[in-house]
Amino acid sequence: MAVATLGLLATIVLEILYKGSADAIGFETWRPVVYAYVLWGVAIGIGQVLTRGEDGQRALFLLPALLFTIAMVIFPTLFGFYIALTDWNLSSFSGRKFNGLDNFWQMLADPYYRNALFNMVLYVLAVAVEYVIAFGLALLLNAQIRARKFFRVVFLMPLMLSPVAVSWMIGKSLMEYRFGPAATLARHLGWENPAFFSDPIIARISIMILDAWTFIPFMMIMLLAGLQAMSREVLEAARVDGANAWQTFWQVTFPLMLPVSVTAVILRIIFKLKLADIIITVTSGGPGGATDSVSSFIYREYRDRSNVGYGTMLAMAYLVIIVVFVTWLLKFANRFVRNVN
Amino acid sequence: MSVQTTEYVASEIRSPASFLASRVFIYGALAFWAFICLFPIYWTVTTSFKTAVDVTQGHLIPFVDFQPDWKGWRSLGLSPDSIFQTSTVREEFLKRFMNSVITSVGASSLAIVIGSLAAYGLTRYRYHFAWFKNEDISFFFLSQLILPPVVLALPFLVLYREVGLLDTRIGLILLYTLMVLPIVIWITRDQFNSIPVELEEAALVDGLSIWGAFFRIVMPIALPGMVAAFILAMVLCWNEYFFAALLTSTDAKTIPVMVASQTGSQGINWWSMAALATAAIAPLAVIGIALERYLIMGMTAGAVK
Repeated sequence: MAVATLGLLATIVLEILYKGSADAIGFETWRPVVYAYVLWGVAIGIGQVLTRGEDGQRALFLLPALLFTIAMVIFPTLFGFYIALTDWNLSSFSGRKFNGLDNFWQMLADPYYRNALFNMVLYVLAVAVEYVIAFGLALLLNAQIRARKFFRVVFLMPLMLSPVAVSWMIGKSLMEYRFGPAATLARHLGWENPAFFSDPIIARISIMILDAWTFIPFMMIMLLAGLQAMSREVLEAARVDGANAWQTFWQVTFPLMLPVSVTAVILRIIFKLKLADIIITVTSGGPGGATDSVSSFIYREYRDRSNVGYGTMLAMAYLVIIVVFVTWLLKFANRFVRNVN
Repeated sequence: MSVQTTEYVASEIRSPASFLASRVFIYGALAFWAFICLFPIYWTVTTSFKTAVDVTQGHLIPFVDFQPDWKGWRSLGLSPDSIFQTSTVREEFLKRFMNSVITSVGASSLAIVIGSLAAYGLTRYRYHFAWFKNEDISFFFLSQLILPPVVLALPFLVLYREVGLLDTRIGLILLYTLMVLPIVIWITRDQFNSIPVELEEAALVDGLSIWGAFFRIVMPIALPGMVAAFILAMVLCWNEYFFAALLTSTDAKTIPVMVASQTGSQGINWWSMAALATAAIAPLAVIGIALERYLIMGMTAGAVK
């Protein structure tokens, strides 16, 4: 174990020296460091078993995942914070320069980034509507119907299919201005000029609809599981007491479903915060950045301008915002559920 | 809101007329939503058999509105008359397809192996690494779920370039593993929690080692949950676009990237686009229909206590 640790350190030092002076013995890329890390991990595992016996064997269950996650998350994130403080454009030759908080000030003044953040708020608020629809569908599937399995499979379908392929087909051809069936339908319904992606507000709504189409089944399935786990007796009792359907729903079903609902909504919000692929494929942020989510904005910042330093600063700021927001959300949800019950 | 309530207790309403009305409403709503779910898929599949005129005139029903044509599939080299000829597009497509298969299966397998081991350890034993206890470790794993891909994307781009993993399938597999690991741990942990500890205690008394008990006793019982986690992970990896678009260019490009890159340049070939999209979603549609039970199991793990 000690040998392996030394080996890892030696490789890293060697590599740094090589990169720094470019003449010592070293390797072409950093890849040997990766191998050294893997070897080090294996050595730690063996070392645990040899030195600590049964306890070591237990630790072995956890170690692979732990080492993997640390290598893949902690290190890149720390590295990301460093990049965020540099002026680094991959397409320019000057390479990386440390420029302190310049990116940060630039970010604060960036109207497009603010707009993207604002869009995220709108997109997250759309979860409420999705929730209502998903709850309705779950109730439908939980009613006494025939062919329940068929409908469940059909309703689940949108979640399975590649959002890129589907949003391409829906966004680009189904909602196509001239001949798309959705546009034709909208014309029949009296909307003279059914351009789904040219007006900023309508474009946002279209994106929300596309995203909702994909993810409503996710909430629906969770809510359905909640409904099915609910005991029949409670509902029976409510009926015996003379409650009508409306009262039963609001006084019995809904409160009992609250914990599941909160879980579903929070998970959905977490997924929503990652929203990018639909926007990149369908509008690439247009018209004029109106539909940009933070992720798609940063994606374009890199793709169009190779601006790694600034892009990373945006991403890191977003990470901080998300962590604060989700932590608050979890606390709030906890208290909310406890208060109601 | 009244919509939801009426159906819910529909079967309990007594008068025949309102019973009938509620039935009509329920099936109407079901059919309506089924239409919303299926129409885009229908549109995608039929468009792949259309010629330019049929697309621009918005023809919908094959054989009635328009005569199906193999044009879209021919452009992919997958139509009956071109399937035996050599086709560079088909080779390209098959390469992307294999990339998708390899990365999603590889990442899901890796995630299942290290994820279920960790989940098992966390449900059965007490750990403390420095000041971290079990709950902290679980939270550490699950909290990866909120990490947006965009945060890791650019650092990884730079790191992968240094390490020589850019545009390789291994690189993608590692990232995808990271992406699905929290979900896998979440599902399998739920599964292991539902298995009584007494089973393993008996096995240990009978002389099996800790790892022996895990492989011979616990794993067979937990298999459905692991399958569920595997399938869910595979679906997520197959559909992933963001990392694939950033980190791959020629060698390791996956299907979604290929679909998205068809846009742009000289107009859009609707038919070949549609054929490509159909090919991209077909495997998942099959999985969805065949393995729906496991998917639902995976998604609802831990949701209902």
